[in-house]
Amino acid sequence: MTADVEDPNRRDVLVVAASAFAAVGTASLIWPFVDQMNPDAGAQALASTEIDISPVAEGQAITVMWRGKPVFIRHRTAEEIEAAKKTPVSDLADPIDRNDNNPGQPATDENRTIAGHEQWLVMVGICTHLGCIPKGQALSDSKGDYGGWFCPCHGSHYDTAGRIRKGPAPRNLQIPPYTFLSDTKIRIG
Amino acid sequence: MAKWWDERLPLPRMMHDQFIDFPTPRNLNYLWTFGGILTFCLVAQIVTGIVLAMHYQPSAAEAFNSLDHIRRDVNYGWLIQAMHAVGASMFFIAVYIHIFRGLYYGSYRAPREILWILGVFIFLAMMATAFMGYALPWGQMSFWGVTVITNLFSSLDQVIPGLGTAIVQWLWGGYSVSGTTLNRFFSLHYLLPFVIFGLVILHIWALHVAGQNNPTGIEIKTKSDSLPMYPYAVAKDAVGLFAFVILFAWFVLFLPDYLGHPDNFTEANPLVTPPHIVPEWYFLPFYAILRAIPDKLGGVIAMFASIAILAFIPWLDRSPVRSAKYRPIYKWFFWLFLISCLALGYLGSKPAEGVYVFWARIFTLYYFAHFLIVMPIVSSIETPTKTPRSITEAVLGEDEAAGAGAGVPAGAAAAPEHR
Ligand code: HEM
Ligand code: FES
Repeated sequence: MTADVEDPNRRDVLVVAASAFAAVGTASLIWPFVDQMNPDAGAQALASTEIDISPVAEGQAITVMWRGKPVFIRHRTAEEIEAAKKTPVSDLADPIDRNDNNPGQPATDENRTIAGHEQWLVMVGICTHLGCIPKGQALSDSKGDYGGWFCPCHGSHYDTAGRIRKGPAPRNLQIPPYTFLSDTKIRIG
Repeated sequence: MAKWWDERLPLPRMMHDQFIDFPTPRNLNYLWTFGGILTFCLVAQIVTGIVLAMHYQPSAAEAFNSLDHIRRDVNYGWLIQAMHAVGASMFFIAVYIHIFRGLYYGSYRAPREILWILGVFIFLAMMATAFMGYALPWGQMSFWGVTVITNLFSSLDQVIPGLGTAIVQWLWGGYSVSGTTLNRFFSLHYLLPFVIFGLVILHIWALHVAGQNNPTGIEIKTKSDSLPMYPYAVAKDAVGLFAFVILFAWFVLFLPDYLGHPDNFTEANPLVTPPHIVPEWYFLPFYAILRAIPDKLGGVIAMFASIAILAFIPWLDRSPVRSAKYRPIYKWFFWLFLISCLALGYLGSKPAEGVYVFWARIFTLYYFAHFLIVMPIVSSIETPTKTPRSITEAVLGEDEAAGAGAGVPAGAAAAPEHR
């Protein structure tokens, strides 16, 4: 007891050390409880998928699932490619290409496709506004003012390179990482 | 027996003091019955919800079918499911009346700030609960409503790139809304009503510390201003509740799906978006505010701000009187505000284009102006009309009040005989 009175700081050290120990321990337990909510191993395992694109004729489009999201694969016509190429980047609402294969480049048609396969446009089919699925895949769909896709939820118009031209969406449609395994087969993810 | 308990755990004592003898203003009108009605709604949601959870399957494959199963096969499932679904709407009708009651009579003013702010938290928790509950039937509107609303957080990408996407994927537990999302929503939908229950206990505790406000906005001063809660206020509450239950039952029995959306009878399909996504009616005013702002992040901020701002009004209103009854100028602005909220609700149900957007902007502007400009300015410049000297005087008129001994503590002791 007398020692405590003469050197009270000895107790402070114990209190501080014990509290710090408890605080760090508690804090390190928070992360598992937060992280368990993140995409799990199963969701990540679905991260890649292979698709045979040979049945998709010019002018047609298909929608496939990748990581639970729809991916649009459009076999564009010469006119559609032409229209996309002619648009100057300065006319675009979002001048970035949004291409995971080639990030941070200007949003030209070349930068949104893979050289030698320009007729193929592969994009995540989720409106960059609030996540609806734009129309424009089926032949009968409204394709919007720019001949690409039209999101009916709040009226976003995308052009034939999937770039946002009009409406509330802030970004061009995202291009997922993908490669051509052969001329008729691609792997997404 | 009660004595035996009171010496060990004074629960009977507390209930007696707080819910039987508790002094309530003698002039409460029917708008004051909505607190009790809300308590009823909360209990009804919890009881019907627990029953539904016994038959419901929270998985993407089974959820939609299990609802059909409840409605068709489970004994009285049709009744209990309708009570829960209609009950959510009834809960919001009641809470909106309750909130506007508080706004009109100045119930948020000192010393009831904490009581009011707890109310705002209850309202937020109710919205979260209802939003997650609406996901559970896993119809098209469930799925796309969840998609659009959770995507609101992706607007944070405009602040720190990647932050919004990380939050959204964390909420989803995947790269899109999926069965995983449904599962966690079910877990939280079960939890939150009990959180609300806890908040309601604090809310009522705060109410019983400050005492109830009343249509005059003046405090209880003498004994003749108040009546014991039982039987007076309790009887009135019972009448109000009864009328409310008739309306509730009408919807449950005759229009169980009237307040829902037909698209929700189609199973969720991640590949097809319904052409026109609308939230449940009680979220429409906030949805209108969201869409009125042309910027994605701005819209989200405005929507959350429209609720958060409620927490600050105890300090934005500086009027010397509480009740709008005695505020000749503010009174009109109150009604204008109410009309704005109704108009926003209507506009939220319309597509976001043309004149609808224009008017949504006007009314959004007024929504915020009401609190930030009208409230502080009008409350500083307006001269209130004369308030009665006491609640008793408001009820009985000056002469009788004098007889009842209002303002005269000595006479107040004799007041009970005059009633
Ligand atoms: C689950 C939802 C709620 C329940 C069960 C509930 C319950 C109650 C009860 C039983 C009372 C006393 C009776 C009365 O004065 O009507 C009360 C009073 C009050 N509530 Fe609520 N409430 C809820 C939500 C809210 C919300 C969302 C707000 C405001 C944003 C709010 C603000 C108030 C205020 C200011 C009072 C005091 C009224 C006065 O004395 O004049 N409440 N509440
Ligand atoms: S989600 Fe496509 S425009 Fe809003």
